[in-house]
Formats: sequence, C-alpha cells, structure tokens
Amino acid sequence: MGQQIINGLFLGSIYALFALGYTLVFGVLDILNLAHAAVFMLASFVALALVGHGIPILLALPLAVLFAGLLGVALERIAFRPLRGRADSNISGLISSLAMATVFEAVALEIWGPNISRFPFGTVPETQFSLFGGVVSKLQLAIIAVAVVLFLALTWLVKATRLGREVRAVAESPRAARILGVDVDRAISASFFISSALGGAAGVLFGLAFNSISPDMGRSVELKGLAVIILGGMGSMPGAVMAGFALGLTEVFVVANLGASWRDAVSFAGLFLVLVLRPRGLLGTAALREA
Amino acid sequence: MHFAGRSSLFVAMALAAVGPARAETVVKIGAALSMTGPAAVYGATQKAGILAAVDEINKSHMLKGVKLEAVIEDDASTKEQGIAVFQRFINRDKVAAIIGPTLSNTATAADPLAQAAGVPVVAVSNTAPKGITDIGDHIWRVSLTEYQVIAPALKRMQARLGFKKAGLLYGNDDAFTQAGYNVMKASLEATGIAIVGTQTFAKPDKDYNAQLTALKALSPDILMVSALAENAAGIVAQARQLGWNVPIWGGNGFNSPAFIKNAGPAAEGVYVGTAWNKASTDKANQDYLALMKSRGVDPDQFCTQAYVGVHVIAEAIKLSGMKGTRAAIVAGFHKVKDLPTPLGTFSFNKDRDGDHAPSLQQVKDGRFQIVP
Repeated sequence: MGQQIINGLFLGSIYALFALGYTLVFGVLDILNLAHAAVFMLASFVALALVGHGIPILLALPLAVLFAGLLGVALERIAFRPLRGRADSNISGLISSLAMATVFEAVALEIWGPNISRFPFGTVPETQFSLFGGVVSKLQLAIIAVAVVLFLALTWLVKATRLGREVRAVAESPRAARILGVDVDRAISASFFISSALGGAAGVLFGLAFNSISPDMGRSVELKGLAVIILGGMGSMPGAVMAGFALGLTEVFVVANLGASWRDAVSFAGLFLVLVLRPRGLLGTAALREA
Repeated sequence: MHFAGRSSLFVAMALAAVGPARAETVVKIGAALSMTGPAAVYGATQKAGILAAVDEINKSHMLKGVKLEAVIEDDASTKEQGIAVFQRFINRDKVAAIIGPTLSNTATAADPLAQAAGVPVVAVSNTAPKGITDIGDHIWRVSLTEYQVIAPALKRMQARLGFKKAGLLYGNDDAFTQAGYNVMKASLEATGIAIVGTQTFAKPDKDYNAQLTALKALSPDILMVSALAENAAGIVAQARQLGWNVPIWGGNGFNSPAFIKNAGPAAEGVYVGTAWNKASTDKANQDYLALMKSRGVDPDQFCTQAYVGVHVIAEAIKLSGMKGTRAAIVAGFHKVKDLPTPLGTFSFNKDRDGDHAPSLQQVKDGRFQIVP
C-alpha cells in the first residue's frame, strides 16, 4: 500500500510538472500549445547529448531546461505571434503548434533515430530509502520534490512579482493590459519561456526516471497532460498539480487492482464524469472570465 | 564403363573450371526483418546471420550451379509494413522463398499472402505456438515455439530450486508476448507451480512500478515475464529498484544481448530459455562460431536461427535437384532431416515446426551463460 502510494505520487509528479507548463500558457493565451510534448521530448534528448559529452547531470539538467525555455520563446515567435489578433487565432494557433510539434519530432528522428536512447548507467546515483513500508529511490524523491518546489515557485511568481501581475493582466484582457502600459508581447514571451522550461524539466526527469528516450515519448504524456489540465480546471495551476497527483494515484491503483488494460479507460471515464458534473474542473474559474 | 566414368569426370572438371563464366541460376531469398521499431534489436542480428550464411554457401559452391541472393527489407516491426514488404517480394522481386518476418505479430498478417501466392516462408524467430505454421502448407518454421523452449527448462529448474508459487507479467497488446504468456501459464500448470498473480502492460508503457509492487506483495518464488527486449529492460530495472530480488525468468523477448546492455547490472541472474546452446561443442556450432568471429559478429540466438534458416533453404534446394523454384523448395523441405546445424540436429516435425533440443541460460557477468 505504502509502496503503491509512492509509485502514484512519483508518476503524478511527472504529470503535474508537464501539466503546469501546459496550463500556464492555456491560462494566459486561451489556446492549447500542442508542441508542449515535443519540447518535453527535445529537452530530454538535449540533456542526454550533454551527458554524452561528459557534462554531469546536475549541470545538464538546468542547461536542457534553459534550452527548452528558449525553444518555447522561439515557438511563440514562429507559431503564435504572427497569428495573434486574427479572428480565428485560437484554432490557427492550435494547428500551427501541431505543425511545430511535427517539425520537432522530425528533427529528433533525424538526429537520434527512431530507437530508444538511454542515459549511461550511473548518470544518477541509485540510492534507495525505505519509506512508509515501501522503497523509494533518491531520483524518485528528487522528482517529487522538484515538482512541488517548481509549483510553489511558479505560484509565487504569478502572485507576487511584477511579471506575474503583467501575465495575469494579459490573461484578463490583452487590450486593457496594453492600455495600462503592459508590454503584452513580453509578457506572453515570458509565459512561453516558463511554460516550456517546465515542460523541458518534466521531459528530462521522465527520461532519467524510466531511462527511455525516443522521438515519440511525448505522445504518452500529451493526452494525460491534457486530461490533467481539464480535470484541474483550465488555467488553474493548483488544480493542475492536484489533478496530476490524482491521476498518477488513480492509475497506479487501477493497474494494481483491475489490470493495466483498465488504466486509461478508468482515467478518462473519470475525466468524463468531472466534465459532466463540474464542467470547469476541480479548481477552475473559467466561468468567471467570460468577457 | 571404367573409361566412360573417367571421361565424365573430366567433363565435370572442365565444366567446373569454366563455372564462373557459365550462367548460374540465381535464387533470390527475401528477408523481411525488423530493422526499425520495437523489434529492431533482433532484426540487426538476424541480418548478420543471413548474410553470413549466403556468403558461406556461395563461396563453398555447396549448391552447384545455384547462387543465392538475399534481398533484405525492413518490416518496421508492424503488420502494415510487413504486408507491403511481402507483396514486394512476391510480385516485384519474384523471390523463391521468404525468411521472416521478425515478429509473430507481423507474421500472422503477412504470411497468408505468401501462402496464397505459393511462396515458401521460413520463420526464423516466430515463437507463437498457434497462428504461424497453421496458416498453410507453405509456412515452415526453424525457430522453436516458446512451449518447446520453456516447458522442459522450467521442469528442470523446478526440480532443482523447488519453486512453488509464480507471478506472471506480460504485454497483452502483442501476439508474441501474449503467446509467451499462454505458454508460461501452461508450463507452470504442467509443472505444478501455483500462479499467485498476473499483471499486464502495453508496448508503449514505461512505468511498471504499480504492477511489480502488486506482484511483490504476493511474494512469489519466481517472476515470469513475457515482454519484448525494450520493455524487458525497464521491467527488470524497476523490479530491482523496488528492492525485489526474486528470480526472474524472461520469455524469448529477453533473448538478446540488447536486453543485457539496456538493463545493465539489473539483468544479472535473469533466466532465459534458449533455442541455441552457444557453448555446444558440436562441429557445426564451432564452425559457425569461427565463421561469425571472422566476420566480426557476436552472434545471439536470433542471428543463429536466421543463419540456420538460410541453410535449411539451401538444403531443400539441394534435396530437390537444384531447381530453386518455389514449388521445388517446398518439396525439398519435406525431405530435410537430421541436418547438422549450430542449433543441433535439425528436422521439421509434422506441423512444419522446427525440432531440436532447447537449453537454459542465465545472465552472469553481463553475458548469457548456459545453465548446465
């Protein structure tokens, strides 16, 4: 039981990290960045390449996260900014981000090939602890901690800093924000940087945790991430984290008690129920922002 | 009479001398191998085995007047690509026989095309007991089915280590791993070992912690896993990370050096049944090992079975009068009996499946070693 809770928290923290970035951009721009999973994947490969060049993982991880953030800024410039202000920019942005995802995947395929790549053994120390009658590795513990710390940092950033206020103002109304002197482009750029950096961090940690990196690794998390942000309430960060952990725990207990074939069926049936009973998600405030 | 014999010998020698100038019959063998996708680790070594056998047969002029030519295509580990490759072999390349495809899953979809077109197929790595050779009389198999490998080895190990309870974990979205599970279940039941728990996963999965934790709680004496090499490495690594040191017995999907490489130290001690006893001192095996060494290849079971597949086709060509047509090769297969190969003395049984003695191996010091 204790072990299954650890397993679920660990899986959930990866979903939560991935979904945090996803929901940040969604909250600000009201659009889905479908290239998020591709950034997740590329960051993992970049960390792998850095480790391959003899750079220790503690340095490779922040470098790969920085790379992911910059990739996010570039992504916004190429796929979203040119379309902004058009009547149908939500749908066209969705499609252009899908196109960028395809490009990123093709680049990864070209450089690293279709097969599974792996970090060399001993990249992270394999120390284990006993906890609540279960076993947890240092890496798993670190991943859970990173997810919680990044969530707290992001919450502080959005709530208490000038940048955070600007981002929230843009989320409310880009036009009003601009009238009040907010540099809207800069605020959106910054959101993309943070969002993609979070996605990148999730990617590197995922690659380390399961030691399995491939150009299509983002796909398995993409749909789960989408479910998590819907479940948590579109655009709500505490909601995304809560829903991430909830999904991780649900999956683990479904697999252990009903079998792996039921995992997605139960998860998505739960999502469906939430959508029917509480359309704005667990902690959603979307209904308040109809203007 | 005596003189006539000698003169015909001279004629034969003269013909042999001008041999290369004379047109040889080229017999094309198509090989559908997984060079990409989840089974890519097997396809690469199969290719090495096929090329080695073709070169060896051509160089030795074992088939007088016949030259083998291998046409190798990637089946991408999928049914769709497997079907496309088979169609190309049958209609465009007009091959005399097909080796492959790598996965049983692909074979169930592609083999019926060859059966309908009257092209003989030699399966060199399909181990699903049902649904391969029962497709039709043109489908033959060199590889042992999982049951042929697992049941005898399990019986021996049970006698030695006295397993009483077993846990099972298998991929339930693939014909090969599903069939492996059925065999493990049947073998366990036949050996009188109780199955205390069964868990499943899917090919794209990377996290097996939930399944392993649930099985660990039932404390079986042995964990049997039917998985492809990519999943296998993750499963074994995560089991050991959970601090679970149960003996693990892997299905045929574990049977690759790639599994040991990817699982690293966690692979130590894992049992895998095998169709090929690498340590065999038979002449056929020693000659084969020397040949592969000279080509710089470290062979595994899949490489060896592919190599034997080509030799079985060559034997069938020889036994059917060097015609090398599709029908003649099928006729030749019926006559193949007690052929010395690196796998042991090889025959087909009445179901057109391969028949020879299996072995058991265990990972020790990063390599598979035969358990005596």
